Amino acid sequence: MFDRRLLIYFNWGFFGLVLSLVCVGIVTLYSAVAVGTAGPPSTLYIKQITWYGIGLFILAIVFMIDYRYFDRWAYVVYGACLILLAAVLLFGRYGGGSKRWLGFGPVHLQPSELVKIAVVFVLAHYYSRVMEPRGLTLRELIKPIILVGLPFVLIVKQPDLGTAMLVVLIAASITVFVKIEWKTLIFFIFAGAGSAAMAWLFFLKSYQKQRIMTFLDPNRDPLGTGYHIIQSKIAVGSGRISGKGLFQGTQNTLSFIPEQHTDFIFSVWAEEVGFIGSACVILAFMILIIWGLRIAHECRDPFGTTLSVGVTAMIFWQVVINIGMIMGLMPVVGMPLPFISYGGSSIVAVIVCVGILLNVSTRRFIARDGQVIG
Amino acid sequence: MSAYIRSGDREWYKKRLNGGILCVVAAFSILIARLFHLQIIEGEEYQRLSLNNCIRLRSVPPSRGLIFDRDGRLLVDNRPSFNLLMVLKDAAPVHETIHRLSVYTGLPEGELLEAVNVRNRRNSYKPVMLKADISRDVLAAIEVNRYDLPGVVVDPQPKRFYVHGPSAAHLLGYIGEVSPGELADEALYGDLSSGDFVGKFGLEKSMDRLLRGEPGGRQVEVSATGQVVKVLRTVEAQPGLNLFLTIDHDLQAKAEALMDGITGSVVAMDPATGHVLALVSSPSFDPNDFVGGLDAAIWDEMLLNPHAPLENRAIKGEYPPASTYKIVTAMAGLEEGVIDEKSTAFCPGYYEFGDRIFRCWKKSGHGTVNVISALSQSCDVFFYQVGEKLGVDRLAAYALAFALGRATGIQLDREADGLIPTSRWKLARFGEPWAEGETLPVAIGQGFNLTTPLQMACLTSAVGNGGPIPRPTLLDRIENADGQVVEGKDPQAAGTEMRFLPVSPENLDLVREGLRRVVNGPHGTARGSKIEGIEICGKTGTGQVIGRDRSEDTQEVALPAHLMPHAWFVAYAPAENPQIAVAVIVENGEHGSGTAAPIARELIRMHLVSGDERTETADV
Repeated sequence: MFDRRLLIYFNWGFFGLVLSLVCVGIVTLYSAVAVGTAGPPSTLYIKQITWYGIGLFILAIVFMIDYRYFDRWAYVVYGACLILLAAVLLFGRYGGGSKRWLGFGPVHLQPSELVKIAVVFVLAHYYSRVMEPRGLTLRELIKPIILVGLPFVLIVKQPDLGTAMLVVLIAASITVFVKIEWKTLIFFIFAGAGSAAMAWLFFLKSYQKQRIMTFLDPNRDPLGTGYHIIQSKIAVGSGRISGKGLFQGTQNTLSFIPEQHTDFIFSVWAEEVGFIGSACVILAFMILIIWGLRIAHECRDPFGTTLSVGVTAMIFWQVVINIGMIMGLMPVVGMPLPFISYGGSSIVAVIVCVGILLNVSTRRFIARDGQVIG
Repeated sequence: MSAYIRSGDREWYKKRLNGGILCVVAAFSILIARLFHLQIIEGEEYQRLSLNNCIRLRSVPPSRGLIFDRDGRLLVDNRPSFNLLMVLKDAAPVHETIHRLSVYTGLPEGELLEAVNVRNRRNSYKPVMLKADISRDVLAAIEVNRYDLPGVVVDPQPKRFYVHGPSAAHLLGYIGEVSPGELADEALYGDLSSGDFVGKFGLEKSMDRLLRGEPGGRQVEVSATGQVVKVLRTVEAQPGLNLFLTIDHDLQAKAEALMDGITGSVVAMDPATGHVLALVSSPSFDPNDFVGGLDAAIWDEMLLNPHAPLENRAIKGEYPPASTYKIVTAMAGLEEGVIDEKSTAFCPGYYEFGDRIFRCWKKSGHGTVNVISALSQSCDVFFYQVGEKLGVDRLAAYALAFALGRATGIQLDREADGLIPTSRWKLARFGEPWAEGETLPVAIGQGFNLTTPLQMACLTSAVGNGGPIPRPTLLDRIENADGQVVEGKDPQAAGTEMRFLPVSPENLDLVREGLRRVVNGPHGTARGSKIEGIEICGKTGTGQVIGRDRSEDTQEVALPAHLMPHAWFVAYAPAENPQIAVAVIVENGEHGSGTAAPIARELIRMHLVSGDERTETADV
């Protein structure tokens, strides 16, 4: 039942851009974990390639299912993800001070990665039915707040503040895209600021405030995150114009940079290829994101458009926060760089996003008649 | 209009999407600008930092809190020691550096190489420990030849020093490297990493959180040879808190001297406050042996030693209380009204119960005794009858109310509960109902009952006090490094509601009179330990190691040493308003009066004589 038009309209350019970022990821990961270290070279990059393979397989599945099925099944996917999140809190594995993983035999799943996509599904489903040129009213926003609030609370409980914040950012991006009334927007800004001030004054304990202050200003913790930041900045800065050469980085081989194969991987790339190579990757990400918005624009179906905007926002925020953090522009949070950081669940999640975008893009003409094509 | 949107108004979408694209371009412009700033404008400086020098993190361990006795005499100190480390990356070529190091210092080259190669080291900028606690000679040789030894780092580390060696070892405890198992416990040891030291035993363990302090660190810039060029940032280490114990070091040392060569335990406390003045478990060990990693030979010897020097008998040794338990039986009997001050019993040297004969320790019998003379002469027959009338559960109810049968809650790890048998306990434990005949040996402390020396010291204190049961404590106060008293950190101080012996003053006075006569009466079992001028009140005990049941006619034959009975003596002094309570147990010491009582007497004498004389006594 394969529709040949799926091949004709396939967005090869977009797919090629993704593949080139994946290549950057493999090379950088190889440099980070397998070059210049004493002892046997780590095989993490082999694992990562396996994950890319699994990701491609999942991408194919996501691509084949007409995205309008996601519209129909949005709440089912969402509910399943909430159950997984709750299961994490009950049966999850501890790692790095929080409970984030669910074990299924050899595979460890991080449900918070999937929840991000599920939230995009339900919001796209809802907004595509209620949006108006005048913008959404407060009453129309009650349901989205609940839909985002539930997973938000569950993720904060893990605790994984970075992902929780990301869910809110994605939801806010979609919401702003479908337009909110001015007065509602202003109301939210004041309500948010007010409740934050209330929490700060009355509810947070001093150690919690301390933690937030350190989060906002890593220099307050020169032996922890402050140290990570300075090492990361040295790595990036020392790359200068053309870098030290692939696999020639010195900062990364010394294990100076913590989490160098996960969250801080971009510093390895920046050190080795310098401004030229790093700017290329940043631009590639920018093109990818603008392309995602173009796919949203080309789609004639409100659900497809909001869906595309949502998954594009997800990639956008991760890229900006991660690279900003590495260069000392943002607080340090656990946030992987899409396509490049090591980590199975985050790779699969971002490749699902790509699958969705390809899905919407390819069906931009064939889906016009309202017929679902599988 | 809205239907129009839903069908896809491209102009409307386009406006909003263009806004989105604008945001994206703006965000990425900031990223590129920042990248430009770091790599092009400041690139040279960062390159310098990355090439010639490196920023390192040096952790600064906190100094561990000190431990003093009640008079501020230092018991546990930190002394400087030096660890020899090497930063492999700076020391390249490593083999040559190691060779020179070996030549200069005389340390065997093979051992040093082994330390370097022992693990796959991915992080070659992290210093590797070559040798802990090097001697002054080695240190001097390294300092002199520093320029020939790149990457060699001498790290001054405070080393725990137990000033009086084995003295008070069981209560002070010792420290050791944190184990992987301990590290897994995030709540207690979450801020530590392997190689750090933590308390492993005694107060070092139970007060570890307070003693440990908070580690600090330095962000430093180091040169190519690993020398610190510049300290960028420092977080000061927070020293641990200092503990001032209730222990009187002189009394502790005296008790240890008296217990020398004896297996057993001594606990002395201030009856009014529960402040433990001395806590001895003999034989002891030297905690200094544990600090640098225990020598295998010493460890084996300790484990194989039948006298278990590592066990703290004062809190963990569970012994049948023997005749000292008659204090409990007497108070229970008086309170329950099964006896009063006029009640007498005739002791022919044995007591017939059903078809069994229970013997008194004095074969010829004590004749007619009342509660006072039965206590002072330790007549078994009198207390068999009290026990028989009370029944095991009523007796146990009193024992439990006297705070026996459960840990006292002193600030030490692994305290034993002891055991106060009840009929329900026996049914649960053995699946058999209680036989009435079993109550009789329990009444004289020879049944299933088990107590620790610390519990008996508390009970004796309570009797001496006239009611209040003290909560034993080892901590007088906690001070920070500046000498300010820190409140609210002592776990034992949390539960401070008073507990009292549920005994009327009249009945308690009868018991106290009995105990007074044990030492001061003409027939008292410990009359040999009488001191002129101080009225000691006490109770002897002889706890049989074999044949807990006295119903059989045991032959008076010489027993091998390890089957000799344990000797107990519990005492308080002076009789009115007592200043000290003591519990002594001498394992296989035969009779309480012969071996245990003189130890208690000497400690009481020492504690109660005036300051001047006391120093003389201490010097002897």
